[in-house]
Amino acid sequence: MTTFDERPATAAETEVFGQDTVDRARAIIARYPRSRSALLPMLHLVQSVQGHVSQAGIAFCAQQLDLSNAEVSAVATFYTMYKRKPCGEHLVSVCTNTLCAALGGDDIYAKLREHLGSDGKPLGHEETSGTPGEPGSITLEHAECLAACDLGPVLQVNYEYYDNQTASSALELVKALQSGQKPAPTRGAPLSDFRKVELQLAGFFEDNESDVDGPSAAAETVRGAKIANEKGWTAPREPDSVEFPALPEKK
Amino acid sequence: MTVAPEKSAELVVPEGHVKLTIDGLEVVAPKGELLIRTAERLGIVIPRFCDHPLLDPAGACRQCLVEVEMGGRPMPKPQASCTMTVAEGMVVKTQHTSPVADKAQQGVMELLLINHPLDCPICDKGGECPLQNQALAHGRADSRFHETKRTFPKPIPISTQVLLDRERCVLCQRCTRFSSQIAGDPFIELLERGAQQQIGIAQEKPFQSYFSGNTIQICPVGALTSAAYRFRSRPFDLVSTPSVCEHCSSGCAERTDWRRGKVMRKLAGEDPEVNEEWICDKGRFAFRYATAADRLLRPMVRDADSGQLRESSWTEALRVAAEGLAKARDEAGGVGVLAGGRLTVEDAYAYGKFARVALRTNDVDFRARPHSAEELEFLAASVVGTSPESGGVTFRQLESAPAVLCVAFEPEEEAPIVFLRLRKAARKGRTKVFHLGQWTSPAVDKTFGTLLPCVPGGEPAAIEGLFFNSGTAEAFEALSGSGSVILVGERAAEVPGLFSSVLRLAERTGAKAAWIPRRAGERGALDAGVLPNLLPGGRQVTDGTARAEVEQAWGLAAGALSAEPGRDTDAILGAAAAGELGGLLVGGVDPYDLADPELALRAIERAGFVVSLELRPSAVTERADVVLPIAPSTEKSGSYLNWEGRRREFGTTLDGTGALPDCRVLDTLAVEMDADLFTQTPAAARANLERLGATASTRRAEPPAVPAPPAPGAGEDGVLLATWHQLIDNGSLQDEEPNLAGTARTPVARLSAATAEQFGVVAGEQVTVATERGSVTLTAEPADLPDGVVWLPLNSGVSRLRRELGAGHGATVSLRPQARGGNS
Amino acid sequence: MTNEVSPLTPVLTKRWLSPRSWTIGTYEQLEGYTALRKALKAHPDQLIQLCKDSGLRGRGGAGFPTGMKWGFIPQGDGKPHYLVINADEGEPGTCKDIPLMMADPHSLVEGIIITSYAIRANFAAIYVRGEALHCIRRLNAAVKEAYAAGYLGKDILGSGFDLDVVVHAGAGAYICGEETALLDSLEGRRGQPRLKPPFPATSGLYESPTVVNNVETIASVPFIVNGGSDWFRTMGRDRSPGPKIYSLSGHVTNPGQYEAPMGTTLRDLLELAGGMKDGIPLKFWTPGGSSTPLFTAEHLDVPLDFEGAAEAGSMLGTTALQIFNETVSVPWAVMKWTEFYKHESCGKCTPCREGTYWLTQILQRMVRGEGTPADIETLLDICDNVLGRSFCALGDGAVSPITSGIKYFKDEFLALCETNAVSTGKHALAGAH
Repeated sequence: MTTFDERPATAAETEVFGQDTVDRARAIIARYPRSRSALLPMLHLVQSVQGHVSQAGIAFCAQQLDLSNAEVSAVATFYTMYKRKPCGEHLVSVCTNTLCAALGGDDIYAKLREHLGSDGKPLGHEETSGTPGEPGSITLEHAECLAACDLGPVLQVNYEYYDNQTASSALELVKALQSGQKPAPTRGAPLSDFRKVELQLAGFFEDNESDVDGPSAAAETVRGAKIANEKGWTAPREPDSVEFPALPEKK
Repeated sequence: MTVAPEKSAELVVPEGHVKLTIDGLEVVAPKGELLIRTAERLGIVIPRFCDHPLLDPAGACRQCLVEVEMGGRPMPKPQASCTMTVAEGMVVKTQHTSPVADKAQQGVMELLLINHPLDCPICDKGGECPLQNQALAHGRADSRFHETKRTFPKPIPISTQVLLDRERCVLCQRCTRFSSQIAGDPFIELLERGAQQQIGIAQEKPFQSYFSGNTIQICPVGALTSAAYRFRSRPFDLVSTPSVCEHCSSGCAERTDWRRGKVMRKLAGEDPEVNEEWICDKGRFAFRYATAADRLLRPMVRDADSGQLRESSWTEALRVAAEGLAKARDEAGGVGVLAGGRLTVEDAYAYGKFARVALRTNDVDFRARPHSAEELEFLAASVVGTSPESGGVTFRQLESAPAVLCVAFEPEEEAPIVFLRLRKAARKGRTKVFHLGQWTSPAVDKTFGTLLPCVPGGEPAAIEGLFFNSGTAEAFEALSGSGSVILVGERAAEVPGLFSSVLRLAERTGAKAAWIPRRAGERGALDAGVLPNLLPGGRQVTDGTARAEVEQAWGLAAGALSAEPGRDTDAILGAAAAGELGGLLVGGVDPYDLADPELALRAIERAGFVVSLELRPSAVTERADVVLPIAPSTEKSGSYLNWEGRRREFGTTLDGTGALPDCRVLDTLAVEMDADLFTQTPAAARANLERLGATASTRRAEPPAVPAPPAPGAGEDGVLLATWHQLIDNGSLQDEEPNLAGTARTPVARLSAATAEQFGVVAGEQVTVATERGSVTLTAEPADLPDGVVWLPLNSGVSRLRRELGAGHGATVSLRPQARGGNS
Repeated sequence: MTNEVSPLTPVLTKRWLSPRSWTIGTYEQLEGYTALRKALKAHPDQLIQLCKDSGLRGRGGAGFPTGMKWGFIPQGDGKPHYLVINADEGEPGTCKDIPLMMADPHSLVEGIIITSYAIRANFAAIYVRGEALHCIRRLNAAVKEAYAAGYLGKDILGSGFDLDVVVHAGAGAYICGEETALLDSLEGRRGQPRLKPPFPATSGLYESPTVVNNVETIASVPFIVNGGSDWFRTMGRDRSPGPKIYSLSGHVTNPGQYEAPMGTTLRDLLELAGGMKDGIPLKFWTPGGSSTPLFTAEHLDVPLDFEGAAEAGSMLGTTALQIFNETVSVPWAVMKWTEFYKHESCGKCTPCREGTYWLTQILQRMVRGEGTPADIETLLDICDNVLGRSFCALGDGAVSPITSGIKYFKDEFLALCETNAVSTGKHALAGAH
C-alpha cells in the first residue's frame, strides 16, 4: 500500500519563489474582481521562475489562491503552454497544422527533430536538447495553428514569430540559438529567453518597455491596405455628422 | 409507441407547472424539472451516466439524448435530457419513439466502449454496472473499433481506501462533482485534456475526504473501487439487507451486503429526509470491529481460585451475575448502571428498566463521557420527546433555516450528514452558518460559515455578548430570522453555563435549539429513560403522576419507584470508588472516554461486584466479575432515535449467529433476580415501551438557569485546551479497518502565532502539551485560535487526551517546545 | 447592393500602414478616441440601438447580431456587468485579430470603452491567446496609454463612467475560443464549455451578465459610432453588412489580409492576391477556418457572407481562406485537421473526446495505405454520431473536414484503399487487435 505524505508545503518548497514572486502573485490577484482569475497568469509566473510548472509551483499557486493542489493541477495540465518538465533557454514551436504543414512545416519540424536529437534518435515533442535552462538549450515542440497562416510556414521562439520559414532557414536559426546568438524575430521583440517571456505573459513588462516597438507589420499583413492605398480605394466616405438613433422607448 | 390522449382525462396544469408530451404521453411537470426526471416519472427510463439527481447537471456523457420539439418546431440537434428543463407544449421523443434519439444513444454507447477495457470478468462493478447493463441491452454485438485502445497503468491508489482505474472511467465527473459540490473536498479532479483527460489527484495529495466512499458508490463503472471491498465478492452473490448506521446520531439509512454470514460491504441507503443518498466513510467502512478475532462469544466468570476470567455456560454466568448483583443491591449499598451511548432504544429501555425493577435504583446513566447536572436539566426540559412529528428540528429544516449556529459542535467530525446538509443549505445561499468555536476548521470553510471565536469555556460569555458585540450582532440578527436553529453538541456538557446560555439565546432570538449528540444511542437512551432523573418518555422521577404511570405499566406496587433522582455517571463512579456502591452493571462503556479515566478504573476495581455486557475485551471486562457477550448491530434488530428524534428501525442482518441483544441478556438476568422486564426480544421491548405511551402528567421540567461565567483565562504559565473528536480516530468501532484509518486527519497541535512565539514553539516542529498526569507531543500547526489556547484532537493517534492528560475541553494545560528527536 | 463601393474597403485596416500605428499618438492623429467622446454624450441605450441598426454581426465565426447580444444584458439588475473580448484566435487558418491587435490596439480599446459604456460594464477583460505575445505587449501598452490619457479608470473624460480593463494571457487551448469555455478559463478553471442556458448575457463571468465579443467586432464599434449605421451598411450585403478582413493563406501568390465588403467572392480576392501560386490550380479551400466545410473550385463565386456561405453548404466562420492547390492530398489534409481536433478536444463530452480519438486513428491508417472502403462508411457514421451530439460546436467543427472532404473527394479516399488492396491482396484491417 502506498503511503502518503500529506504535510503542507514547507518553507523550503515555497522559498523557491522569493518575496518578489509573492508580491507579483498578489499584484496579479489585485487585477481581477475575483482572485481565482489570477490562476492562469500565476502559472505563467511560476514558469518564469522555474522554467516549468513544478509541484512546488502548483503548491505555491494553491496557497496564494486558497485552492487545493488538485484544483491547480487540473488547470495546469489542461493548457499546453504549461510545461511539465524544465524548458530549455528557448522554446521552439513549429506550426504543423495542415496549412503550414502543406507549405513545409512538417519538413521543418522533422529537420529540427533530427538536428536536435542525439544518438541517432530525433528529439521528441516537448523534449529538450541540452541542459534545461542553460545557454543554448532548446525545447522543441510541434504547435497547432499559430494564427500567422498568411506567413506560413511559421515557427515561434519563445512566442516571437519567425515567419515564412524553410527547413534550412529554421535549421540556421536553431544553430544560431544553440551557439548563443539571438537572431531577431520577423515579428516581435528582440529575442530573450523562455523564462523572461513567461514573466511578460504573467503581465509584467517592467524594464522591457521598448519590446513593444518590435516589428509587427509583415508585407502580408498590410497587403490589402497597401493595394487599396496604391489604387486609391477606400471605404465609402463617412458622413460629416451623424445623429444617434432616438432613445428607444422603454418596454 | 403512441398513446392517444383520452379526452376525459384532460390534465389540469397547476400554477408553476407546464404540460408537455413525452413519447406521446401527456404529462404535467413542475417548471424547472429536467426532462430525464419527468420521463422517469412516466416510467420512461432514458439511459444516462453523468446525470445524478443530487449533483449539478453536467451534460457530459451525452448518453441521454432525445429529440425535442418546441412550439411545433423540431430542434435541429438531439438534446441532453439531463440538462434540458421542461417547457409548455414541448414534445419529447426518447429512444422508444425516435430513431434519431435511438441512433444518437447507440452512437454514444459505441464511443464510450471503444476505449473501455474488456475486463468485466475481473471488475468489481460487474453485475451491477450501468455501463455493462446498458451495453448488453442496447450496444452493438460486434465492435467496429480496430484501432489502438487508450491504456493507463492499472489501478492507482488515490487514498489508502480508494483506488482508481482510469481505463474503465467514462469521465462522467460524478466523483469530482460530488467531491467539490457535496463534500467540499476538491482533492480529486479532472486532469489533462481531450482523449488523455483523466481523473486524478495532485501529486502526494491523496483524496483525504470523510465522504470519499460515496464516489465509489455513484461511479457508473468500475473505475473507483475500495481497498476494503476489492475482489471480495460478486454483487449477485450478495444478500442485501436494509440497515441503519450505528456510528453517529444522524441515523443514516444503509444497505448491508453480506455473504455466508459475513458482512462484505455497506452502502448508503436512500432516505431523502435523513441522509439523501450519502454516508460518511466511517459509516461505510467501519464494520469489521464486529468480526475482530477477540470478539467475545461466550460468557465468562471470574474464577474464585485463580482470579482469572474463564469461559462459562450462560446458565452459570447469569446465575453468578444475578447472585452478585442481588447481594450488592441488598447488602452493599446498591448497584449503579452505566449503559453507554451506543444502544438501540430497545436495549437502552432494558437497562433503564433493569435498574428500576431489578436493582431498584435510579443510579443509571447512559452518558459515557463528560456530563453535567445542567445537561440533565437541559435534556429533560428541551430535548426529550422532541421529534419531527412534534415540531422538532429536522434535517430539512436545517436546509431552509435562514441561519444556523453551531455551538460546541463540530459538524463534520461529529455528525457528518448534518455537515453535508449545512453545506448544501449554505451553498444554495439560503442559510448562513455560524460556528461558535476556537478556529476556522475545515467545516467552517466548507459551510461558507462565519467563525465566532472564543476561548474554550468562554462559549457562554460569547453567547451572552452576541447581541452586544459589533462583530457578532450580525449573527444575532440572522438567528432572529424565522426558522433559525441553534445546534449544540456533546462538548457543551464540559462548559458550565453553556446549555443555559443556549436556551436564553433561543428565547431571545426565537431560534429553535437542537441537541446533536455524537453517538448513535444517546438520543434513544434519553427517551428510554436511562438517566438518573428520567423515566421512559421524559417522565420525571420526581413527578408522582409520571411514576404512577410507570409503576402501573410495569406491574409494580404503588410507590415502588423511588422519587429521588439517582446518581449520574460521575457520582456512581465516585460512590463506587468510595466503597459506597456494592456493584456496577456496565454496558458498552470505555473508561478512557470518561472525564476521569483513573477514577473510573479505580471505581470498577473497588466495586464489590461488576457485570460487564460487552462485544470485545475492554478495560471493564478485564476488571469484571462476569462478562456477558452481546450482539453487534448487524446481529440484532432494533431502532435508533437519531438527533431529530426520528425512529430509525432496522431488522437483523445476520440471523442465527447466536449472539444476543442486550435487552435479551438483561431480561434473562432479571428473571434470575425474580424480576420481569418483558424485553426478551427487541420487538417485545419495543411493545413494552410503547404500552407506556405518552405521559398524562402536565409537569414540565425546569430548564437550567446557570448564569454565564466570565470567559476563563489560563494564567501566565498555562494555556486553555480546546478539543473535540475527529471523525476517524482511535475509536474502537473503527478497529480492523486500516484502509479507513489511513484517511484519518493527521493529529496536530494547533495554536496561534502569538501563542507559539510566547512559548517558543516553531510551526512544523514538535510541541508537548502536558498536565500533572501526563503529556502528549504533536507537530505544531499555526491556526487562527485565540491567544493562550491550544487545540488537540481528543482521541487521534498519540493524542489520547483523557487517557494521557485526564483533561478535556476547557482544561488548563502547559505547553513547551520539544527538541527535535526528543520525547518526554 | 453597393456597386460604387471599391473592391477593398480599408476601415479596420486603414491605419495599419501608418508609422507606429500602435501608439496613442498616431491613433489620436487619425480620429482616435473621437468616437468615444461622442459616445459618452449619448445614452447607453442609444448606442445599443445604433449597433442594432448597423446590422453588425459577430466576427468570431457565428455571426450573431451584436446589438441584439448587447440588448440581452438585463439593466437595473443590481449586478455588475462585464465585457470580455475573445482574442483567443486559434481556428486553423485564422489570422486577422492578431495583426489587428498588433497594428491598431487602440481601436479595440476604444471599442471596449464604448461597448462597456453601452452595456454598463465597469470591468472588461481581453482574453488573448498566450502564444500571441507581441499582441499582449501592444495591448498592454495601449491600455496603459489609455489610462494615462484618462480614457480608462475613474470618471472617464468627466462622464462619471468608470472602466478597468485587464489584458489576460491564455495558456494554449483552442477550446477557449468557445465563449463559455473562455469564461471558465478567465475564472481560472479548465477551459471547458458551460451549460447554456444560462447564457452569458444573464450569467457569464462571475455569474453576472456578460457580453463576449470578438476583437474584429468590437474594433468596428468606434467606426460605426463615427460613421453611423447607414454608412456601415453601404458596405456588404443587407443581412451581412460592413467590411470584413479576409485572410488569404496557402497556395496563392500574395497571401495576406484583405479588407473588403462582406459578400466578396474568392474569385475577386484571388485576383487581388495575384492568383494561384505558380499557376497550379485550386483544389480545395476553407471559407472560414478548418471547422467550416471545405469548398472547391466550383465555389469560387460564392458570396462570402453569412448567408452566401451557408447557402453553399458551408459557413462564413472567420473568413480564414486557406487555399490548397492540386498537389495536396485531401485525405492527408483531413487527417492533419482531425489530429488537431483530437489534440484540442477538451475532453468533457463523449462524442468529441472519443470520436476524434477514433477518427484520427482511422484516417492515419488510411493515409498509411491500410484503409478499406468500409472505413469510409465508418468514418461517415462516426461523424454522424458526433455532429450535433457533442456538448459544444468543437465536435461539429471536427467532422466538417471529414464529411466535406469525402463529399467532394471520395475518390481520393477510395484510391488510398486501392493501394492497400493491391499491396496486400486483400482489404486488411491493419491495426486490428
